[in-house]
Amino acid sequence: MKFYRKSKVDSVIPTASMADISFLLIIFFMVSTVFVRYRGLPVELPEAAKIEKLESRRNVTGIWIDRQGQLIVDDQPVPLDQVAKLFNDKMRDNPRLIVSVKGDEQAKFGLVSDVLEELRRAEALRVNFATDRERAE
Amino acid sequence: MRSQKRVRVLPEIPTASMADIAFLLIVFFLTSTSMNQDKGLSLYLPAMGESKEVAKKNICNVWINEADEVAIYEEDQLKPLAFAALKGEIERRLTENGKLIVSVKSERGATYRTFVNVLDELKLAGATRISIASPEK
Repeated sequence: MKFYRKSKVDSVIPTASMADISFLLIIFFMVSTVFVRYRGLPVELPEAAKIEKLESRRNVTGIWIDRQGQLIVDDQPVPLDQVAKLFNDKMRDNPRLIVSVKGDEQAKFGLVSDVLEELRRAEALRVNFATDRERAE
Repeated sequence: MRSQKRVRVLPEIPTASMADIAFLLIVFFLTSTSMNQDKGLSLYLPAMGESKEVAKKNICNVWINEADEVAIYEEDQLKPLAFAALKGEIERRLTENGKLIVSVKSERGATYRTFVNVLDELKLAGATRISIASPEK
């Protein structure tokens, strides 16, 4: 009896398009990447349930308020009376600026209120109170 | 005379390592991308000098004192309220009066967390017109 020998076909994973796929991924990540520029302060954010996501990081500037009452903007400590001037300049550069207030949950409201008042003076009116993971209702 | 035939070498760019390079770049962008969005409670501050006279019946004053207790200020007296009851109370008042403006007034010594939690409860209750009163100095 004669056996037909199976034709030998090399099983090969086609790698020709691998580079294309990976370049596609690269382009996706390049476009979507916004580098973390500022570390800010290690604050413990309060929790909230009805949170909204900010659509674009590019328009967001954070102002950190820690429990000792220290203010940090762009990784620089800022005295309270300089906040209005600083954000006035920022608003001129980008009128669509959203200020993310990253206050420590143990911070005193008085200081937060002062910061809000300064932001009003700088006409930075879009404010977001940064909160952490969702609070159980 | 016999002319020597040139050996035709096809110029080729080596593409074998292309995928490796691309993946290296992918890994770089993957690690440097921060996907966590800024999120929190958004609020529009009123512009400086933009104060409106509002009828008294359309305002609900929510007070927070230094001991982080919540009360509703009404008819010249403070009515203390448990934090858990705040949402229901605001919901009830909103159904009674759709034009209700909720004003949050907090003492300077109150913690920021309480303020954010109250703001969150107001948003959960469906209040869209929220004002933040600046505390007395």
